[in-house]
Amino acid sequence: MSSKIKKGEVLLDIKGLKIQGFSDEKWHDIVNGVDISLRRGEVMGLIGESGAGKSTLGLAAMGYTQPGCRITDGEINFDGVDLAKLKEKEKRKYWGNRMTYVAQSAAASFNPAHRLIKQTTASTIRSGFKETNEAYKDAKDLYRTLNLPDPNNIGDRYPHQVSGGQLQRVMTAMAMSPRPDLIIFDEPTTALDVTTQVEVLSSMRAIVEEFNTAAIYITHDLAVVAQMADFIKVLRYGDEVEEAPTKEMLKNPKESYTKSLWSVRSLEKEIIPPQAPILEIKDLDAAYGSTKVLHKINISVPRGSTVAVVGESGSGKSTAARVITGLLPQISGKVVFEDADLPPKLEDRSKEQKRRIQMIYQMADTAMNPRQTVREIIGRPLEFYLGMAGSQKDSRVLELLQMIELDGRFLDRLPSELSGGQKQRICIARALAAEPDFVICDEVTSALDQIVQEGILKLLMRLQKDLNLTYLFITHDISTVRAISDQVVVMNLGEVVEQGAKVEVFNPPHPPYTELLLSSVPEMDPDWLTNLNSERA
Amino acid sequence: MKNDNDTYSALGEVGDFQQKRTRWARIRLDLAKSPLTARFGLLVILVYVFVALFAPFIAPYGEAEVFPIPYAPWSSEFLFGTDQIGRDIFSRLIYGARNTVGIAVATTALAFIIGGILGLAAAIARGWLDQLLSRTVDVLMAIPSLIFALVLLSIFGSTVTNLIIIIAVLDSTRVFRLTRAVSINVVVMDYVEAARLRGEGLVWIMRREILPNIMPPLIAEFGLRFCFVFLTIAALSFLGVGIQPPTADWGSMVRENASLIQFAQYDIKAGLTPLLPASAIALLTVAVNFVVDWFLHKTSGIRDEQ
Repeated sequence: MSSKIKKGEVLLDIKGLKIQGFSDEKWHDIVNGVDISLRRGEVMGLIGESGAGKSTLGLAAMGYTQPGCRITDGEINFDGVDLAKLKEKEKRKYWGNRMTYVAQSAAASFNPAHRLIKQTTASTIRSGFKETNEAYKDAKDLYRTLNLPDPNNIGDRYPHQVSGGQLQRVMTAMAMSPRPDLIIFDEPTTALDVTTQVEVLSSMRAIVEEFNTAAIYITHDLAVVAQMADFIKVLRYGDEVEEAPTKEMLKNPKESYTKSLWSVRSLEKEIIPPQAPILEIKDLDAAYGSTKVLHKINISVPRGSTVAVVGESGSGKSTAARVITGLLPQISGKVVFEDADLPPKLEDRSKEQKRRIQMIYQMADTAMNPRQTVREIIGRPLEFYLGMAGSQKDSRVLELLQMIELDGRFLDRLPSELSGGQKQRICIARALAAEPDFVICDEVTSALDQIVQEGILKLLMRLQKDLNLTYLFITHDISTVRAISDQVVVMNLGEVVEQGAKVEVFNPPHPPYTELLLSSVPEMDPDWLTNLNSERA
Repeated sequence: MKNDNDTYSALGEVGDFQQKRTRWARIRLDLAKSPLTARFGLLVILVYVFVALFAPFIAPYGEAEVFPIPYAPWSSEFLFGTDQIGRDIFSRLIYGARNTVGIAVATTALAFIIGGILGLAAAIARGWLDQLLSRTVDVLMAIPSLIFALVLLSIFGSTVTNLIIIIAVLDSTRVFRLTRAVSINVVVMDYVEAARLRGEGLVWIMRREILPNIMPPLIAEFGLRFCFVFLTIAALSFLGVGIQPPTADWGSMVRENASLIQFAQYDIKAGLTPLLPASAIALLTVAVNFVVDWFLHKTSGIRDEQ
């Protein structure tokens, strides 16, 4: 549709854009005067922690603001037209045609009642660029370019019949179908496993290059943006921190804030001498209904250490945690805790056994009752396990809050009045309140920004030292594993692939699955993806 | 909230610009933003409550006080005239607020206690308990409730207690379904799992973990359910098996004076008399619906586009 115009012409030119959001009866600044200049065929990386205004800015590049937001100042020049001044009806002619959007959660963005191909081509057909047959044929070509399996027939499936990574690629095909001039990618791979992420990234990059499309790639993962973007803009609190071509930015970031984003991945843990195991899983089988998900796994967790369990979704790592906690009784095998067999069923375990094993969840949002205050959330285990009450309980809650680097001002807050990192800290405090020996951390940092992640990981390591805690750390993030673990267990399809000290697991030779997993972790090298693809080809 | 230093600290993290307000301040703020319809509804409900509570002080005559003139016309002595045996209609309207509304509130409350507890239990326990309760409810709901209520009332007799229990049980099926449906979404939350792992009992999980989180739909349903119960009682009274004389009740008042409507062509006021209790019923139903609509909109989280 867009007439062939030579590469390099400025397509999107945003000047002094200011956006405000309405909350708590007041207008707050979200974006304060940001400039963007994007040429055809260029990919801009937009990074920053949550609350930096990057998603708002990404949507504003299309002239769109979410309900409760307004553009107060600035220009959004798209191909010579100021979108900030257009009426919604006129802007709609651009949306879905000349500019498209790929959302973070593909699963939540598709209509479950329509076939994929119909949704892929809907806007192309509606705006009359192509006839139905032609559009379908083109969609199949796009599926092929995006490396989807069975490109000719996959479009006939419904959204729930394909995997998350495939759905994310179908969404990219949908965005590509009208051959837009501009695509906004809003954290498109954040929810995916590393091995899937690599495939999605490669196909997105290929297709953007093929059609010379301009794109804005929003993410908080630096290593990912390094693979995708020509230049990177760092945002913080709605202000631009700095902008530079990708290679230059990676080599020598100028601002100290940018440097701090870079330094996150360099956490180190001192190696502690191995001790006797506090918990052992022996020949464990577990199943959901008739589907067996764990096959004779053996894991041993030494006291006072951190054992990281890595694997993709579906590898059985969370199921293992459910067996340890007693939520899912095993079929055979046993869990030995402190030299005694743990009863498989939760109801059969003593209060003391329950107290000594605590769990911290991935989504702090859903792990805390939204109607309880911090005081109630942390106070309940104290009351329940340790029989504390009144001022004794209150002072212990305060102590716990200080332990997690918060203070008394948080006592009467509800979870909704906390930030993501603070929520996770409260969950940690709740687990600590029971004075456990063994803590299961189920993807505790994967929903958080890099900087917040670092804070939480540091806190966990400090607490381990102070309180002699043992962690079973479930994660799919290899860089986290490198940072905090003593021992590593690699799981795939319900089996333990490899197990041992961190140094052993991370140094070759690897079993094939470990090799695949490790090589899929994005590195801070802009050529990493290109090299990897040529290696794997 | 901004913090401009570059070192990270958990305290200074963004996300704390939500202001802390007391419950009272929040209610005042909500009321200030409420639409006209909701305010009207609230006002009507408050007036009804006031009238119901202070009926003996407001009503000029007693509830069952009989005067020698049946079907007296509207006058300064009898504001809306008298009924077929000479009771003051205005006074009976006022007492009717107490009886009809009071019985409806009691019935709705009982329906919520039964349906709510069973619904929560079914959602938490699942398995055979859920199956048993849900299928029983299906059977009860398959029978048209008004006819079922008529049958049961003629078996057990039309006393106020029987009326309350029978309608409450029949209506608790709807409450059960709603409670079960909304609780199931909450039961799968990690915080409920966390409470289970802690070893909390069923009652704690029901009362402290789940109930506070399903209150908004339940409160809205309480309003709507109240309207239905109220109309059912009025309908049963109209049919003569509901609230029995001499207790003043709007449903039976409509029935008793229904024939007066034929006289509208001679005396418009006489024709209006049976419509007065009917409009008392209608007004309250509409008012409650206005308030429930507003409440549902407010808690649904839908932001108005500006």
